[in-house]
Amino acid sequence: MIEVDGLTVRYGGVTSLDAMSLTFEQGTCGLIGPNGAGKTTFFNVLSGFVRPAAGAVRAFGVDLLSMAHYRRARWGVRRTFQTEQAIEELSVFDNVAMVHEHSRLGGASRRADVLDAITFTGLDADPETKVRTLGAGQRRLVEVARAVVGRPRLVLLDEPAAGLPDEETSHLAEVIRRIPEHTGALAILVDHDMSLVSACCATTAVLDFGKLIASGPTAAVLRDDAVIRAYLGVA
Amino acid sequence: MSGTVRATLERASPARIARRPTRPQLIKASVTTVLLLFAFFALPELLSLYYIDTMTQVAVYSMVTLALGLLVGRVGLFSLGQAAVLAIGAWAAARLLFATTQPYPLVLLEAGLITMVAGLLIGLPALRLRGLYLALITLMLAGSITVVLATVNFPNGGHGFLGYNGGLLHIPPIRRPSIAASDPAYYRFSVVIAIVMFALVLAHIKTKPGRAWAAIRQSEPAALAAGINIWFYKLWAFALASFITGVAGGVLAGAIHYLYSINFPTQDSITLLAVTLMGGVFSLWGAVVAGLLYQFLPALLNNWGVSADWLIILFGLGVLQVLTTAPAGLADQVPRDLRRLGHLLGTRIRRFRRGPGGDGA
Repeated sequence: MIEVDGLTVRYGGVTSLDAMSLTFEQGTCGLIGPNGAGKTTFFNVLSGFVRPAAGAVRAFGVDLLSMAHYRRARWGVRRTFQTEQAIEELSVFDNVAMVHEHSRLGGASRRADVLDAITFTGLDADPETKVRTLGAGQRRLVEVARAVVGRPRLVLLDEPAAGLPDEETSHLAEVIRRIPEHTGALAILVDHDMSLVSACCATTAVLDFGKLIASGPTAAVLRDDAVIRAYLGVA
Repeated sequence: MSGTVRATLERASPARIARRPTRPQLIKASVTTVLLLFAFFALPELLSLYYIDTMTQVAVYSMVTLALGLLVGRVGLFSLGQAAVLAIGAWAAARLLFATTQPYPLVLLEAGLITMVAGLLIGLPALRLRGLYLALITLMLAGSITVVLATVNFPNGGHGFLGYNGGLLHIPPIRRPSIAASDPAYYRFSVVIAIVMFALVLAHIKTKPGRAWAAIRQSEPAALAAGINIWFYKLWAFALASFITGVAGGVLAGAIHYLYSINFPTQDSITLLAVTLMGGVFSLWGAVVAGLLYQFLPALLNNWGVSADWLIILFGLGVLQVLTTAPAGLADQVPRDLRRLGHLLGTRIRRFRRGPGGDGA
């Protein structure tokens, strides 16, 4: 469970997150909102890239914000990026092994764990292939494999389906939906593709201009008037 | 589970992905072994003393460009202070060689470690900077070290901490290992040390630090998200590069017997970066090519009676050529072009054999 309390982030005069308070219970939770709503900023706070002006985040009883950013991965925070960041020079195996060797798990099970994570994503490529030879969809799956390896506690997926064709998106949805049961982690999915969010997330929260405007069961949230107004820009 | 997922799961079963050396890997390993055996056994028999000494220098500077290539190519750190780091290694080794009777390899290890500490002291504040600023700071530091060395001088068998005596009439030469007193033997010794240093780097880039460096070079956020302590791994790269350059300095000390601060001008650091880029920073062979460019080419020109100053112009053009047409350097470009040439010749020969007008039908 992730409890966010009064989280505020300011960049100069811009308030990117405005006293956001929210609880993510379990499973895969959606986080949506128009561009600039503060979704990626929220992820950046959880990853430790951005220091909030105020607020607290308790993740499974631990004060996440007091942890050094590089230690969070060891504790169990994983993330993917809006613009995919699979390391091109390394093989698929090494991309995933890189996360495993900085996790809480020892080296004895590394090879098996890494191959298991790659298999979990259903990536159809030899693990020894260099990532630079892979297509966009395959690279996204490498990122997901990195996110599920080494016993994660919190998996942050930042628009994992951006730019993917429908067939690959539905495969990705299938993989994302199975992350909590496979790893025991809580997953938070940020995406603009509502069909992906509906397919993966039981609950969804909506941000607009840094403020939380709705949260609850996904179907209800997507019918919410405030949410429709935020997306369509109706006054 | 959807059909696609299940199908791909079956295709990616662990049985299919057992680790086995591929054919190109085997070819690469055999070519490397043959070249190393040739360099070790045949080369000193074939070359004159002039070129044997040159090849010793090539071994020394291959280690220096190996270290610089590690920083530039693997981690993305541009250092313009390598000539000064080399000088520190040579100084420390010379001091230890005059002061003690320790075996030469032990002195090399110690000189490497001393240089590593010095490199870390330089690296610690410098690592907060990146790109051009890091290059500038390391260049200025190299300049300061050159000034200091010009004042304190290299040890020449004198007493005291600095080991320098300006009044000595007969300066003793810096000793060599007893098993490698002659020039060909010392060449072989330096090749062995270089192989050890290359193996050290290879052991790094194939394992945890290599993966961390690759991540840092492409994307620091991705590295952080993977739990990589960026600062620590950059410092590690700096430490390793300084250690290797220090060891190279130690080998250089025995190779030339007498050290003077004039041997280590600051601008050498710039030329070293140029040849490192030309050789190629993404492959270990690039360091060997860079070492040849830096030491063998000037020796060749000298032998032909052409001024080595022309090389500065040639290196300038070379860097331009490499950066525009082959970012991975000559170590990547030459084999690739040779493969293309072989392919082209093969096609021509096959066509010729079929005979004019005989379309092979």
